[in-house]
Amino acid sequence: MINAWKVLREIARGAAITSRHFFVNMTFHTLRLFGVKTKRRGAVTIQYPEVRKELSPRHRSLHRLRPREDGRPSCVACMLCVTVCPSECITVEAAEDPDPEVQKAPTRFIVDLSRCCFCGFCVEACPVDAIRMDTGEIRLAATERSALERPLDKP
Amino acid sequence: MFADVLIILVKVVLTLMWTLLLALFLTWVERKESAVMQDRIGANRASVFGLRLFGLFQPFADAIKMLFKEDFAPSFAQRTLHWLAPTFSFFFVAVTMVAVPFGDTVRLFGRRIPLQVVDLNAALLFVLAMLSLGIYGILVSGWASSNRFALIGSLRGAAQLISYEVALGLSLVGLVMVFPSLSLARIVEFQGGLLFGVLPKWGIFLQPLGFVVFYLAGMAETKRVPFDMPEGESEIIGFYTEYGGLKFGLFMFTDFLEVIVLSALATTLFFGGWQVPWLGDGGFAFPWGAGIKVAPWGVTVLRVLSFNLKVLFFCWLQILTRWTYPRFRYDQVMDLGWKVLVPLGAVNILATGLVLAAR
Repeated sequence: MINAWKVLREIARGAAITSRHFFVNMTFHTLRLFGVKTKRRGAVTIQYPEVRKELSPRHRSLHRLRPREDGRPSCVACMLCVTVCPSECITVEAAEDPDPEVQKAPTRFIVDLSRCCFCGFCVEACPVDAIRMDTGEIRLAATERSALERPLDKP
Repeated sequence: MFADVLIILVKVVLTLMWTLLLALFLTWVERKESAVMQDRIGANRASVFGLRLFGLFQPFADAIKMLFKEDFAPSFAQRTLHWLAPTFSFFFVAVTMVAVPFGDTVRLFGRRIPLQVVDLNAALLFVLAMLSLGIYGILVSGWASSNRFALIGSLRGAAQLISYEVALGLSLVGLVMVFPSLSLARIVEFQGGLLFGVLPKWGIFLQPLGFVVFYLAGMAETKRVPFDMPEGESEIIGFYTEYGGLKFGLFMFTDFLEVIVLSALATTLFFGGWQVPWLGDGGFAFPWGAGIKVAPWGVTVLRVLSFNLKVLFFCWLQILTRWTYPRFRYDQVMDLGWKVLVPLGAVNILATGLVLAAR
């Protein structure tokens, strides 16, 4: 019976917390509805497709191949990213590069987004800093599987 | 004769419309209120021609979705009972609204029409009986599903509801002792007076303990979250496991109807029903002597409005409760029912009796 008061007190505290949130948030919702500028909003929700959250500069999004000055990808087809990739989602086919200093260039560079886990190991492994994950593109859904195999060497 | 039947029919249709629309509205309120409590926004995408109205069309979108789902019954279920169960639980809850007075009488075409479908002289017993019969909906659904988990859920639900029926009944005995009538219309009329010349003579002031017991037992009767033994999503899945589409929707709808019925009953029995504090037939008469004259139609409108506002407040309170507290364990529910609420109800009867005898 001694505990009964404690229980009742906690029940009342719980209701006080939730109803405080309700009334405070409702006040801000109502003020904003009538166009009053307030310091904070009634909800923390970001209405996604219309409103975008600023992505962190370190955010790992869709991959891209950094181009050279002449526009061709700077990849040298060394296969390090293919080797390090834990999901085995990168396919690179090498060919001889016309430039004798470079030796190799990719004819195909495909990332299978249905397998990619966005770990960023390929970016770490690349010796020439060719692959990067800084496009900021996070809407990668597709209606077909084939659309998820993104060729990166074609612009 | 014909006019009487017509009036009753119109009142039945209006009451049903009021109840169903409010229940539909409550599904929206539930989502929005929980969202606001948790610093979210809640459903706001359903739109008609780009008009969103804070997601007010969401219930209609849900209803359309449910209507167009396949009416599925598993092959091992008992088809007739499987179909009857949701109808049972829906009907017995919806029919209780018949006894609730929505307002005073209106004068229309020289007739006095009470704003209540039927003024049963044992309305309180009728309401309790109908709420008890609602248990059959749960029991039958569990049995007809031929699914062990559904059956366990339904038996749990039946055990819970029968236990709390006792507390619910006991909590109302004290009220009937104070307002000596079983007719809801009469009980509301009794609450029109003043207590100590200041307070409105509402049930809450005469029976505070009775109200607490009634409200908790009523919350348990609605079988929503703090008392959701029959569902028990995390452990036994519940009595409507084998239901889908419209039949499942009917069960969900019944939950909201029960919220409305409990709110309407709490309003009628403990918060003066359609009574507005200090508002008489001629207008306001405040205890400090001042008064405001109000036209008869104004009085009626104020009273109906007062009833609706009180009901809405209790719906809000129940949804707040539902989104604040975690659910009970099964033995805790039984403990609360039998070891706390039933003794409290008995104490309340005793105390009321002593006070009445000493007066």
